[in-house]
Amino acid sequence: MAYHIDLNGTRYNFPSLKGLLARASPERSGDALAGLAADGPLERIAAQHCLADVPLSDFLADVLEVEGDGVTALIMAQHDTRAFAPVASLTVGGFRDWLLDPATTGQTLARLAPGLTPEMVAAVSKIMRAQDLIAVAAKVEVVTRFRSTIGLRGRLSTRNQPNHPTDDSRGIALSALDGLLMGAGDAVIGVNPATDSLPDYIRICEVLDAIRTQLEIPTQTCCLGHVTTALAAMEARAPVDLVFQSVAGSDKANAGFGVTLSLLDEAAEAVASLNRAPPGANLMYFETGQGAALSADAHHGMDQQTMEARAYAVARRYRPLLVNTVVGFIGPEYLADGKQITRAGLEDHFCGKLLGLPMGVDVCYTNHAWADQDDMDILLTALATAGVNFVITVPGGDDIMLNYQSLSFHDAAYIRDTLGRPPAPEFAEWMARHGIGTPDADLPPLDAALSHLRLPAA
Amino acid sequence: MSPKPPSPRDEIRALTEARLTFGPRGRAIATPEALAFALDHARARAAVAAELDLPALASALGRLGMAHRTVTSAAGDRATFIRRPDLGRRLPETEAAQLADAYPCDVALVLGDGLSATAVALNGVAFLSALFDRLTAMGLRLSPVILARQARVALGDGIARAMGAQTVVMALGERPGLSAADSLGAYVIHLPRPDTPDSARNCISNIRNAGLPVAEAADQAARLIAAMRATGQSGVDLSRAMAAGTLPR
Repeated sequence: MAYHIDLNGTRYNFPSLKGLLARASPERSGDALAGLAADGPLERIAAQHCLADVPLSDFLADVLEVEGDGVTALIMAQHDTRAFAPVASLTVGGFRDWLLDPATTGQTLARLAPGLTPEMVAAVSKIMRAQDLIAVAAKVEVVTRFRSTIGLRGRLSTRNQPNHPTDDSRGIALSALDGLLMGAGDAVIGVNPATDSLPDYIRICEVLDAIRTQLEIPTQTCCLGHVTTALAAMEARAPVDLVFQSVAGSDKANAGFGVTLSLLDEAAEAVASLNRAPPGANLMYFETGQGAALSADAHHGMDQQTMEARAYAVARRYRPLLVNTVVGFIGPEYLADGKQITRAGLEDHFCGKLLGLPMGVDVCYTNHAWADQDDMDILLTALATAGVNFVITVPGGDDIMLNYQSLSFHDAAYIRDTLGRPPAPEFAEWMARHGIGTPDADLPPLDAALSHLRLPAA
Repeated sequence: MSPKPPSPRDEIRALTEARLTFGPRGRAIATPEALAFALDHARARAAVAAELDLPALASALGRLGMAHRTVTSAAGDRATFIRRPDLGRRLPETEAAQLADAYPCDVALVLGDGLSATAVALNGVAFLSALFDRLTAMGLRLSPVILARQARVALGDGIARAMGAQTVVMALGERPGLSAADSLGAYVIHLPRPDTPDSARNCISNIRNAGLPVAEAADQAARLIAAMRATGQSGVDLSRAMAAGTLPR
């Protein structure tokens, strides 16, 4: 279906809904790279005017326009007509006003989530300013549980990410302990492995499980290898708390990650059968990021932010414990600078929360992007205000395996102090019991860690 | 007298370059560490922004008796190159035409800036000259060294096709991390096509003083080239065959 608008004597034509979404998207390098971006600010704002008048019900058609795409089928199957009813007659612009109305509460939004599609939330985000994205997301509380309770209002959790370039067991343990001594790791202690071999995956699970059990930490651990490696490791009875996978917004993009929905179904079933968590716990962990579909040439002419929101349809099928966008990791060809990374981080968090996901963000950048620590501080502060479930933290902000900059353990402490955002209650109680954050902490200090911790042999 | 045993902290430093916090923990990262981080980031940014020092590279190659040519990708300048990897992979026709008159060769040698001209300045010529000696000893005809500005890996494919070379080595600066801005990567591919997938390339990475030494990297590249030319394969297929031991090493 084609759309058009007459503005100041000029007619702007948009041949399809996905074309209109792309033209209305706030500026970012990835859409320019894909040849989808507006020709300039005037066409972009014209597209936003046009988009504001589109009825939400238009988005119930196949927006991607790709025959047989499994993610589209999933989106259609997930859509709950009854939940959608309160906003069914609204336009995108009317939906924005409704979201910002103080009478629209967090409970209202939680009931609405199954009635929203990714394309609807992406569309409304495109005509929302940063403060709108923050204000609406801050209303939504998405709580998930394993050994800790994540996402409670007024709290901020962290993933402790002790990556090491050769997956050295002691190197991983040292970085993990460095974070624990700063109170980081209540969302998960999770390692991105340098290789994807099964023995390494199992060893990393064992190292993290040894740390967790010896220090009696109320958290969960994860090795972020491929889902097929996780399946093999569970088969071999490795201590797998959470199954991780990167996911994206089309079948073709997921194929680029080597995954299908049925493979994810199989992994979700396998991890549930391990019975490592209390009944009803959330057991999956997903990462996403704008530009993933384009980099796999699997965006099908859709803008990168709408494709990102479609990935959340995949994630929400599995009631995950954790979902995060790796917002600045993909590089400046998708998000060029601090401004674009900041905007994208707020969009992803907003869209995820509106779709009912326990959304976290890897507040990060690479060295070839026009970004620095100041940009990350601003994004972290904005996200904490928006009620982000968790952020990723590494020693000193420097990930020595993936060669990019994320937040430091100290950065999370800044938010705890400045905005008053304690970690998960179980973890906060554990910290208090061990004196963490005081000079009397009874965890082994780093210098003594290698002789104190009993790690599995390499 | 025996040497002093390493302290736990020395042992930790040998295990990991992570920016761990020793001793008392403040709420914020202490000033020396915060400024050290800023310096490392500035160094990485400088490496990304750096242009190839063409006169210095030309004279270094000249001293070794190696000829050279210069090309620029369709990206044109640094800012475009960073945002448009597609243009950094494309060789403009005018540039390709300039290479067409070179003498016939089996292997094209390309030195590109990639994401760190700093890495190229430190190790680029040393790596190519080590590789030049090994390939010449194998009886292969080599191209002049093509100095490529605003170059992504796949720019080498177009260069090889313009010169009629069957095999191409593209050595270029890798994306700088905070701890290393001087890492060179070398990508080798046999029979490049206009749409060569990345899975058809073999990569040797982390070539730098504190990483993989230049001589060892040149040995690996020469072995790959020999195997490619013997089997007609490259990339994932070749790695599998080499790992399975079905190829002569």
